[in-house]
Amino acid sequence: MKILVTVKRVADYEARLKIASDSKSIDTSEINMITNPFDEIGVEEALRLKAKFGGEVVVCSVGDKESQQNIRTALAMGADRGILATHENSDYFVNTEYTANILENIVREENPDIIIMGKQAIDTDNHQMSEYLAEKLNMGSASQANTVTVNLEDKSVTVIKESEGGLETVSMTLPCIISTDLRLNEPRYASLPGIMKAKRKKLAIKSVSEMNIDVQNNVTIVKLETQPERQAGSLLENVDELMDKLTNESKSL
Amino acid sequence: MSDKHLIVIEHDNVSIVTTSYCAVLAASKVTSNITALIMAENKEIAHNIGQGITDKVDNIIYIFDNNLKNRIADSYAEGISHIASSLNFTYIWAGSSVFIKETMPRVNARLSGSSMVSDVQEVIDQEVFKKPMWAGDIIATVKISSKIKIITVRPTDFQGTCIVKDKCTVEEVAYEIKADSIKFVNFDKIESDRPSLSEADVVVAGGRGVKSKEGFPDLIFPLADALGAAVGASRAVCDAEWVPNDWQVGQTGKIVAPKLYFAVGISGAIQHVAGMRGSKTIVAINKDAEAPIFQVADYGLVGNAEEIVPELIEKLKK
Repeated sequence: MKILVTVKRVADYEARLKIASDSKSIDTSEINMITNPFDEIGVEEALRLKAKFGGEVVVCSVGDKESQQNIRTALAMGADRGILATHENSDYFVNTEYTANILENIVREENPDIIIMGKQAIDTDNHQMSEYLAEKLNMGSASQANTVTVNLEDKSVTVIKESEGGLETVSMTLPCIISTDLRLNEPRYASLPGIMKAKRKKLAIKSVSEMNIDVQNNVTIVKLETQPERQAGSLLENVDELMDKLTNESKSL
Repeated sequence: MSDKHLIVIEHDNVSIVTTSYCAVLAASKVTSNITALIMAENKEIAHNIGQGITDKVDNIIYIFDNNLKNRIADSYAEGISHIASSLNFTYIWAGSSVFIKETMPRVNARLSGSSMVSDVQEVIDQEVFKKPMWAGDIIATVKISSKIKIITVRPTDFQGTCIVKDKCTVEEVAYEIKADSIKFVNFDKIESDRPSLSEADVVVAGGRGVKSKEGFPDLIFPLADALGAAVGASRAVCDAEWVPNDWQVGQTGKIVAPKLYFAVGISGAIQHVAGMRGSKTIVAINKDAEAPIFQVADYGLVGNAEEIVPELIEKLKK
């Protein structure tokens, strides 16, 4: 079974973000960069599927050269090889079509049996990629997966998804795309031998400029602003004071 | 050619999901002519759903097909894109939900000349919108210049009553849905008598500070019931499986903006705060006076939730 899993390099969710001088991007020079947490869950799920069914886990990323580190981390966790499609077109940051076209190229070359992606990247918070890509590739997709069950005999996948007000179960035929939610699994840490082995694993770097991607940039960032801080209110002495404030000041009751 | 606006109506075969009205409100910032698209299993259900919106839109388009019995993304995307392209709609709006998040990117992929902006919180003009990024730490102003614009809106930011329209035209479009890449198996509904988290005026949320799986219903449920509130939770207690996953408030869970929000034993991690900072009044109860939740709370009580909450319930009942 060939499993393709995508990873995106994003700013650490614990970092204090600073807007760059162009006011259209984040100044990443002094902050820690991590692998999108939903993608790490995707890597873990891919490794578990490989452990059960055998085959190969291919890790793929689209981004700048530094994204090699994030692919190496996935290789250290146990993935078999990596593909990085590099570009410097930061103007396409919120444009789903651009990245999806690059991924579509890679998928058509690799022909995986299953593609696993994070449900959203924690920078753009778009939640569009897996579904857009699935439609382009004419595949089934299931988002916000909580449980994934593959049956290789009839080439089917059953996915329990986190939906509003309950859990929804859908089934699809391979190949298909699954996007992960927080509770699908707990990603493993890379072991020291894993990290040593990862250094020798194959990581192909492709330039997007050679891929013939022609996407008009129809979604662009005009400016970024930091969220206005909520003012800290007052610490109260006791429940009576809280009841008084809620009744007479905020009139919430 | 002038713009034409289509709103995708989400429903559960019985009634319209309230987020759809938020999409109507958002669209009405830039247009006075709104068409609602209602897709359902059969005519009877579709028209029944339509009753919920005839006074709020100018036109309704119906599609009925057996394949629209369940909310499945590929089937709905096919119907929506068929209507949008055959009737030349230039805007497609929907209220953000799990189903809509799965469906609209597929609509975008099917149409030519379209692009999409998701989770819009403010409409600036026809092409410019604001949306949260980086877990709500940053607000981005985004410009969309494609011929067809697909916009999903964050429900908490579009609350209010829709303009009442006196006339609504109705059209039925015959179309056979062919998509079959995703098969519905079943939906395991979590039953609850409390209001839903996304729509409640008051939310009581609990975190690690309630101490145990048993502590959660013992402390949080009676307080929620005394206030007629919905119950929410921090990511930590959802991960620990003390409560169902869909109770999680936060950027990666549900975004809520009630009139009153109680954070009980919740420390206030960035991603949790991103999901509730829009609340009108925030009350925090936590034993740690240094907890970041007090930085966003209007009223804070430092102390043991096991003592404070029962006293609060007793005084609320009076």
